[in-house]
Amino acid sequence: MEPVIPEKVQAELDRFANQDVFLHLETTNGAYAAHKDQSFFNSGAYIRNALIQYELGKVTGIGPYRIGLKLNIGWVYAEGITHFEVDDQERLLLAGHDYQGKLAVALQISKTPF
Amino acid sequence: MEKERQLLVVFPHPDDEAFGVSGTIATHINNGTPVTYACLTLGEMGRNMGDPPFCNRETLPLIRKQELQDSANIIGIKDLRMLGYRDKTIEFEDEEKLINHMGSLIDELNPSLIISFYPGYAVHPDHDATGRAVVKAVERLPKEKRPKLHLVAFSNNCIDELGEPDIRHDVSAVMDTKIAAIKAHRSQTQLMATEMEEKLKVNDPDMIAWLQNERFWTYSIKN
Ligand SMILES: [Zn+2]
Repeated sequence: MEPVIPEKVQAELDRFANQDVFLHLETTNGAYAAHKDQSFFNSGAYIRNALIQYELGKVTGIGPYRIGLKLNIGWVYAEGITHFEVDDQERLLLAGHDYQGKLAVALQISKTPF
Repeated sequence: MEKERQLLVVFPHPDDEAFGVSGTIATHINNGTPVTYACLTLGEMGRNMGDPPFCNRETLPLIRKQELQDSANIIGIKDLRMLGYRDKTIEFEDEEKLINHMGSLIDELNPSLIISFYPGYAVHPDHDATGRAVVKAVERLPKEKRPKLHLVAFSNNCIDELGEPDIRHDVSAVMDTKIAAIKAHRSQTQLMATEMEEKLKVNDPDMIAWLQNERFWTYSIKN
């Protein structure tokens, strides 16, 4: 993955707009966070291969970046995005890595299931 | 450590075998005990991507599969089974299916000893769910057929509630193997391995003790 270049990510978001796409969306602070620090409230969520269609996708912020996808009847949102990659299957992989380099958030879009 | 007829190790994640138990496994292998390691997932949801990141959410499973095979080779495990579950989902599987899966492994291998996680005291939900399925599969066996269960616990309350572990193995004789197995899981252990080696260089007593001693709780099944 490479650090987000907003213009490139925006072009990729445009490429997937207005068609059926598969979404992977995830936030995580790891299963061990509350084990290491008992004052820490552990939370996270993920969805894999949700079939969606968005009419408008945007990357905003000055880094780490935010991504918003406007659906016909709803929204997809992620913040803390630092890195991106278009892989060999033409899938858009976006991720946010924390200050230790650990994955904290991921948003991925593909025309075929992950 | 006595020679066993067969050792079955069951953990959900690549690298679970390296940290707390690789010295014990390597010692059993040196004793001539056949060892099977059943690893339920490929750690698909791991957070460590290398620093700087050399993998992503989609390539991580392939990299961790290779790391798992490397670690197994280093420890000397000849029979590595990758069971094809997905990281962070074990507790949401049909528990009956999972217990039967564990039961079929036990039927096939007829182990005299199983090493897994202590349900309720192993911190990660996958660890607890894996340990629970293993324990339940063993409970269903007729008494005289049940293998010994040596379970790993490390939750903050484990000593308070379970008491001190009844089994401690000093694995200093196979320390190099253990360190190499930990380092084989490069994507996950890169950062901590550097710290580990620095501490070992200055003979840090806590680090040496942590690596040298592997602790287990024997799980006894009521009736
Ligand atoms: Zn684990």
